[in-house]
Parts: sequence; C-alpha cells; structure tokens
Amino acid sequence: MADKQQQVVVKRARHKSSVKDPGTPGVLKLTKDRFTFMPNDPSSPVKHNVEFRTIKGHKFTKDGTKQALLNLTQDQGGNYIFEFENFPDRNVCKDFVASAIALSGEAGRTVPEKSAVPIQDEQLSAAEMERRIKLLQEDSDLQKLHKQFVIGGILSEAEFWATRKKLLEQNYSRRPKQRVALKNDMWSTKPLADGQSNRVTFNLTPEIILQIFAEKPAVRQAYLNFVPNKMTEKEFWTKYSRAEYLHSTKNVIAAAAEAAEDEELAVFLKQDDMLVNEARKKIRQVDPTLDMEADEGDDYMHLPDHGLPRNDNKDVLDSQYEPYRRSFSQHLNQHAAVVLQGRVIDVELGDTRSVAEALARTKHAELAKDASDVYLDKERLERISRMTEIEDLQAPRDPAVAPLSIKDPRDYFDSQQANAFSTLGDTVSGAKQLKCSVSTREAYCSLKECISEIKFQGLTEPTINSEVAFKVLNGLAQNISSNKYHLGRNPNESVLDSLPKITREELLLHWSSIQELLKHFWSSYPITTKYLLTKATKLKDAMSQIYPKLQEIKESVQSDLRHQVSLLVQPMLQALDAAFAHYDADVQNRSARSGERPNGF
Amino acid sequence: MSPPVPSKILTDDVSLLMVLIDTNPHFWSSIKPHFSFSKFLSHVLAFLNSILLLNQLNQVVVLATGINSCGYVFDSSSGSVSQRAESLLPKLEEFAENDESLSERDDDSGNGVGSSLLSGSLSMALCYIQRVFRSGPLHPQPRILCLHGSPDGPGQYVAIMNSIFSAQRSMVPIDSCVIGIQHSAFLQQASYITGGVYLKPQQLDGLFQYLATVFATDLHSRNFLRLPKPVGVDFRASCFCHKNTIDMGFICSVCLSIFCKHQKKCSTCGSTFGQAKTLDPSASQQR
Repeated sequence: MADKQQQVVVKRARHKSSVKDPGTPGVLKLTKDRFTFMPNDPSSPVKHNVEFRTIKGHKFTKDGTKQALLNLTQDQGGNYIFEFENFPDRNVCKDFVASAIALSGEAGRTVPEKSAVPIQDEQLSAAEMERRIKLLQEDSDLQKLHKQFVIGGILSEAEFWATRKKLLEQNYSRRPKQRVALKNDMWSTKPLADGQSNRVTFNLTPEIILQIFAEKPAVRQAYLNFVPNKMTEKEFWTKYSRAEYLHSTKNVIAAAAEAAEDEELAVFLKQDDMLVNEARKKIRQVDPTLDMEADEGDDYMHLPDHGLPRNDNKDVLDSQYEPYRRSFSQHLNQHAAVVLQGRVIDVELGDTRSVAEALARTKHAELAKDASDVYLDKERLERISRMTEIEDLQAPRDPAVAPLSIKDPRDYFDSQQANAFSTLGDTVSGAKQLKCSVSTREAYCSLKECISEIKFQGLTEPTINSEVAFKVLNGLAQNISSNKYHLGRNPNESVLDSLPKITREELLLHWSSIQELLKHFWSSYPITTKYLLTKATKLKDAMSQIYPKLQEIKESVQSDLRHQVSLLVQPMLQALDAAFAHYDADVQNRSARSGERPNGF
Repeated sequence: MSPPVPSKILTDDVSLLMVLIDTNPHFWSSIKPHFSFSKFLSHVLAFLNSILLLNQLNQVVVLATGINSCGYVFDSSSGSVSQRAESLLPKLEEFAENDESLSERDDDSGNGVGSSLLSGSLSMALCYIQRVFRSGPLHPQPRILCLHGSPDGPGQYVAIMNSIFSAQRSMVPIDSCVIGIQHSAFLQQASYITGGVYLKPQQLDGLFQYLATVFATDLHSRNFLRLPKPVGVDFRASCFCHKNTIDMGFICSVCLSIFCKHQKKCSTCGSTFGQAKTLDPSASQQR
C-alpha cells in the first residue's frame, strides 16, 4: 500500500515499545512534517501523531537481520520503534524519514531569524540582508533605533537604510575577500627518489596540475591535443614526469636523445614557443622612454665584465642540443609571474581537461583583446611623443580653473560683532559707542602725561582699596561656583557623567532618536508628493510622542541635577518645537491654498 | 636671552607671561572719567612685580599695542639682574612718542575710538614664544595675557584668527582681560579656542585683584584650579544678506556662505543655484 507520491508514505507496520515487544499492528503514515500511526484495532490506545520537528534521529537494523526495525529517537529520550514486514518497505520509510528530519531541522532554525527582519516590498539579495542583520547585531544602538522605528512602523526599511549606505558598504568590504593563492613552491614536482629501488615517484595533485598548466602553456596545449586521443591521462603525466626527471638530471644530451625517439616527449623537453611569443609581446609593451638621469648605478666602467652577468659554466654544445637546454632564470621568471597573477580561473580542480580548457580560453581572450586594441598602439605613440618633450622649452599651460571671487571677510565680521554684543546681554548697545571728542594730539598728550605722573609719583598707595578687593573676590567666587553648574566648555568633566546611569541612557537614546526623526522629517520638505506627506505626518506623530517623555525626564530627576538636565533637554525641545512649527505652518498653507480654489477662480 | 637654567630649578610652575597692553590714546581719553591710564598702569605694574616674585625663574615680557605700531617695552630677563616692572615706563613713553609720530597729521576729532593693532602684538608675542621654544627643552611655560579695551577692528579679523590658530597649535593659551566698555568677540574666540581665560571685570578699580586672582595662575596649577568661564561664546551663524542671526537657512555648497532666503545666485562666489522642485500644486494649476 505504498503511495507513489513522495509527499506521503503509507506502510503497514507494528509499533513496538521495545525491541522484544511483539508490537501493535497498524498503519504508519509519513508526511513531510509529521507521522501518524493508527492501530488496526480501534480500541487500542497506541495512537501516535508526532511532528518531525521533535524527532532528532533515526536508527535501523541492517538489511538481512531478523527484524526490519526503524527507531525514531527524540531529543528528550523518547523513541518510537516500528517493525516492518520486509526490508524494502522499511528502507523506503527510512529514506523518507531521513529527508523529513533534515527538512524540519532546517525549518526550525530559520524561523527565528525571519522574525527579526520584517517583510518588505523591495527586492533584496540574500547578501544584502545578511549584511544588514550583521550590522544590527554588532551595533546595539543601531538595533535599538531600528527596532523603535522600523518595527514600530514609523519608518520603512528602505528609508532607514538609505542614510546608512556607507555603513553597509564598509561592513561589506571588511569581510576578507582573500582567496588562497597559488603555492610559491617551485620544487613541488621534484620526484621522490626511492633509494633502494630504481623507481622515482611523482605526486600530482590537482593544485599542482593547475600550476603546471598556468606556467607551461605548451604542456597545456599538448594535453588538450593528446588526451584522450593519443594517450590516457595517466600516460600523459607519466611522460611529463619523465621529461621532468630528465631535466632534473641536467643531462641535456640524454634529453635530446630521448626526444629524438619519442615525439610526445619531445614536446615537453623543447623550449616553450608559446611562452616565447608571450614574452615578445610583453617586451613590445614596455615604455621605451626612459628617464636619463644618471646615478651611481649607471657606473659600469669599474665593474668586472662591465656589470654584465656571466654564466661561467656555459659549455659549448652542438647547436642540435640547444633547444633542450632549460634555462633556470626563465623558469623562475615565469613561475613568479604566474604566482603573482593569482588564480585566473574559477573552475573546479578535479577535472583536468576542464581546467586546461578554461586556462586556454582565458589566454585566448587576452590575446584577442590585445590584438583588437588598435588604440593601444596609438596611445603608446602619444605617450612617447609626450615624454620626449623637454619641459623647460614648453610654454606655460593655463590652469583650467575659473577664478573664485570671494567677498571681503570684513563684511561678514561686522555682523558677528553686533551679534556677539547682543547675545552677551550688554547694557551698552551698538548705538552707544565711545565718542572720542579729543583730537589725536591731545589724546597722546594725556597718555604721556599719565605715564610721567607714575614715573614721578610712583605707584598709588595702597594699590587697591581693601573693600574693593573684598568685593571683587566675593564676586569672582560666586561667579565660579555658579559656573560649576553651567554648561561651559570643560574638557575634564562632562555633565552627562554626573547624571545617574538610567537618566543618561534615556537621554542619549532620545537624542539619537530625535536626530534620526528630524533628519527624515526635514528631508521630506518641500512636500511634493502624497508619500512625503504621509511620511511627514508619521514622523511628526512619533516626535510628539517623544516630547512628553523629555518633559518627564526633566521632572523625574533629583532637584540638584534638575537644572543641568533641563539645560541638556532644552536644545532637543527647541529642535522639536521648530519642527512642529514648520509642520503646522505648512499644513495651514496647504489648507488655505486648497480652500481658496472653490472661492476664487 | 637668559643663561641656561639647570634642570633642578625649573619646576612645573615656572611661567613666561607675555602681556599685551592696549595704549590706544583715543580709548584712554574716552574712558577718562571712569578709569585713568595712570591708575591702570599702577595696577598692572604691581601685578607684574608680583608675578616676578612668585618664582625666581618667572619671566615677564610686555608689549605695547598702539594704533600705528606695536613694540616691546619690557623684558624681565634682559640684563644681568631681573628688573622691576617700573623700568618699562621710560620705554613706554618712547613708544608713545613713536606711535604719535607715525599717525597722520590731520585731526580726527569726533571720529569714534579706532581700534588698536592687536593682531600685530599677538604676532610679535608668538614670535618671541617661538624663540623661547627653540632655545632648548628646558624653558618656562609661555602664555599670553591681553589687556585690551579698544573695539575690535574688522580689518584685522583674518590676521587675528591666524594668530589664534597658531597659538592653538603651539599650545599657548591666550587670556583676555577686557577693560573696555563692550565685550570683544575676537578675544572671546581667542580664549575659547586656545583654552585661556576670558574675563571682563565689573569693577575696574579692583583690577589688581582680578589680575592676581585669575591671571596670575600658571599653567600647571590651572589643572586643579577653577577659573571663571564666560557664559558662552556666540558661534551662531548670521546670514550674509541681512546680517541677522538665523537658525535655519540655505547654504551654498561651493563656498559655504549662508543665506536666510532662497536666492538665484550666491553673492559670495557667484555660483548659480539649481531650481527648487515644484513647491505647491496650485502653482501648476495656474496655467
């Protein structure tokens, strides 16, 4: 009675409470999220209806044993043992149960995450969501704001994150984007020579194969050509290994001899033409212009051999052996270039052929790009002509900027002066300026008189009247002690620190929420669309909710701190008041305008 | 320059005090009924002598701020023996003569009180301090005290701000004691930015007491002494078009000048502003 659908499996089974128990016959029905067992005898109390969420594992007896048992275990230790009539039945159930348990396990995990992020209209990639969640997890203040506004429905997700793009990008870029580079180990292909027997073993891992293909394009080309037409992969690598071995013995003549016999081997032993072509191309791209400034490094007269490197053990060989000579410096350069380039392809390393093809493709693409780049030559010529110009002989170039005309700063300053006076509550307003009705000459005269007066009479005795001094001291002391509670610039002490912790936290939270709300509020003016109107209204409502909370804080705090707190809260209230006033004025304007229309045409 | 000081004697509270005295004759004659220059000088001289008494190694340098020139009138470390402050009097007289000769011939009567060259004397004080800095690692801690009364000259704005910033960078506090009728916005900013003390004494005949209580404190002691702080420095912006103080306005994104109303063109740098989006729906209905 098997239901062919994968969603439900129904089988006859016996439920056993333990292995020895004969069990109750019945029908076991398995669906994706639960299983039910109904006994054949309706009066039997053995009825089960269990969700797969609670089932943590399943055990079963091996095929071919006496009983076909399936044991579903729960987290708390309970289990359900079912005996099936035959093993195929049991196996079907077993597979189904396995997949069901896996499925329910995943679902259980993802459910709590989803509740943290509300559903939104915009299409977000999974990466973006992850970034946001991570950012929220790291910054608890941000999380509080997010919870307050987005989950509270005042701002939408998009608006909240719109002003925080920089944070998200920063987070993203912080994640390490490093990939494992190619190994810099050149001797990885060195064979392990078995001292006892005459066998030499090579270990070729996919990594090594990738490196070989990247460094030696001739080998790669040979692979694509030979395998699987002419030889198997294993043969190919054996031949390659032989070639490597021959190179390592540095016996050029033997290499030549073997190459003469075996055509394929010859490919590995000869110079790599493709590399040569690449090198030629690179040389052509080098900037021919040089800075001819001479320095000590250019002094080659006094060095032996004029500074040219000399390879002393250069045996003169027959020209027929030349192609088989391997140059170490060339190999090293090529290896270094490949390692620095890094991983060019993203293909799985298992399949050698696909790796070879992918590398070949990238190389082709590069070549094609260079060939089709007509502008490259033109640019080079231009660059050369530019470099060969002598700077001294050129006419001065005009800077491509427009002159900035800035007004006299004095005009600005005048206004500041007037403001400074007015805010300092000066009794003397600007109009009542000092009038000097005396000519310059007379003024100087009186000045000099004063000086000579002191010279002859000496300092006044006493310098200062004691009562005056006392008054001054008192005044200063009062001033200083009243300043203690004032918010002035004091780098040592912060008013916030003197408040109790709860008040401080609340104030800071309110401050950051007000900042956020005001930011969005002011950015939605001037209101041009309905969307902005609703947004502004929502924000205004949220702000009016915070307003009384601030008042409450002011009252709730102790009397000696009340003044400071009210000074802290004052600017917040002012900002909110300004926003409310603006909103109300705007609403009035709107209604006035819309009210006008029916009256006047 | 003074002979090199052995490190044992140079304690934390050795100070170099640069005093800038305002010798604007117009200002002093206008303030004559309330406070005379001679009384002022006697308070200041007593103060300078007491500074020299506080510590054997204290130095005092006095600069006079005139309307046409500035000059050094006293340096306590010149000469082999530390001099008393009274020796500045002849030099001050000379300076006044010199300043007078530099002024133009015509009589500027009833012209209001001009400003004195505060920027010049600030710069000279800072140059002297730089020389002291370069004399070696052991030197007294410098600070500047401005005894100023003349109104601020708007033409000196940039120069004074430059000297304030260089003082801030060299960590030299600028204290201000304003003896004029009105507050000085320049000196307020100077003291605020450099971390000095700004004070406008209520009673000018108690000037010595103010000086001795507040301005005689050396920099080291200021870490644990409480000194009077001004109520606040007004940093609020004022719009460039009407010179009103504003809380909300428009700002040019090129030169950061502030306007209270929307304008087509920035009057400072000439850049044109973009059009605002359609403001009200009724405007579009008017077609």
